[in-house]
Amino acid sequence: HLATSLPLPSERDHLRPRIDLIAFMIDIKSKYSLKNVEASLAHVDASFFLGKVCFLVTGVGRVNYCSVEMNAIWKLGEVYCSPVLFCELELEGIRVATAQRLLRMLQICAGHVPGVSALSFSSLMRNSADD
Amino acid sequence: KENADPQRTAFLLRKQWTLYSVTPLYRFSNARLRDYARLLSAFIAAEKQKGLAVEVGVELDIKVVVSSLPDLKGSDQDQAAILVQLSSRSPASPKNSEEKLIWSGWFCCVSGDDLSENVPEDFTCLPLFLANGAESYTSIVGSWFQKTFDCCFRRLAISPLNLSWMAAMWTGCKVDKTASVELVFSVPCLPQPLDISYAIHPEDAKALWDTVQKTPGEITQEEVDVFMDCLYSHFHRHFKIYLSATKLVKVSTAIASAHCDGIIKFLQSQYLTGVLMLLTELAISQIQ
Repeated sequence: HLATSLPLPSERDHLRPRIDLIAFMIDIKSKYSLKNVEASLAHVDASFFLGKVCFLVTGVGRVNYCSVEMNAIWKLGEVYCSPVLFCELELEGIRVATAQRLLRMLQICAGHVPGVSALSFSSLMRNSADD
Repeated sequence: KENADPQRTAFLLRKQWTLYSVTPLYRFSNARLRDYARLLSAFIAAEKQKGLAVEVGVELDIKVVVSSLPDLKGSDQDQAAILVQLSSRSPASPKNSEEKLIWSGWFCCVSGDDLSENVPEDFTCLPLFLANGAESYTSIVGSWFQKTFDCCFRRLAISPLNLSWMAAMWTGCKVDKTASVELVFSVPCLPQPLDISYAIHPEDAKALWDTVQKTPGEITQEEVDVFMDCLYSHFHRHFKIYLSATKLVKVSTAIASAHCDGIIKFLQSQYLTGVLMLLTELAISQIQ
């Protein structure tokens, strides 16, 4: 399910399935996308931040188009205790690999992978990012 | 450090310079500038013979001058700037006929200690190169330097992030001559390219920056963000357009104007070294 911002319209609440993972997309070429994500974060229930939220930064291939400062993104990941993933949507290989990663994360968050919880997985991801 | 003598550097102003980053030059010597001019001149003549003539059908006698601009540096550790000028003189006219400057390029390093401190002895650090004139001459001169000093030239692009720093920094400068602060944005994802030009009265812009900047002489990323966000919200209030979703491509102030493709124009000699310091930093980060 794709949404341009949160909160989701309340009219369809009763039809909506359970949400297992929220991936916030930030386009490094658009300061607006960062501001939009920051505003939307305020509408997310705190329980999601136990491993069911991640930040997906796109457009990272072209350093010369950068409108968003990397420190701001790292800080967001830290403040909300959620992993930051990077990808370049324009390259098919990276796009496919990123989709596979997200799918894997979703499986874990939905409880389909025995022995791995969303919380343990996200702390694993964050620790390896620090290295 | 005192600024360069304005008269000696006046010829650098109001010209459009294309920016390049240059890796350190191997075994370059300030004492051999005349030799280099001779060698470069021979190289250009040879290229012309090969049929790589820059202008078809026009017989031009190209004179090369390589000189030093000792005033253009930031710290004592910096290498003095090196200027290369190509002039043409029609061979048909008498010897003392007028020479026309057809191309200029200069290497410089302003406060480039980050790079020069980490480089082995035989290398000269002049990371910033600025060219004005036909691209074909830039290419020939560049090839000669690359071959002779084993260095590498790359076009220096300026990201929207860095352009906003320039907008904030230059807005804060005190100038006698007033000129609007103009920002140009390119709108992405449209079938036809669209540019938005946002001109702000310099006094208003400076007043805004003065309320944002906390410590004079120091600028933080946060202050630049607040400054730009104010400009964006003001624009949104009037035109319902989110400039933050577009790409900042050009910044023009009374001090200088810069384009994201790596093109700069210096407009005030008193701030020349200041702007060069920023550009040197960008060139060094592209090299490293």
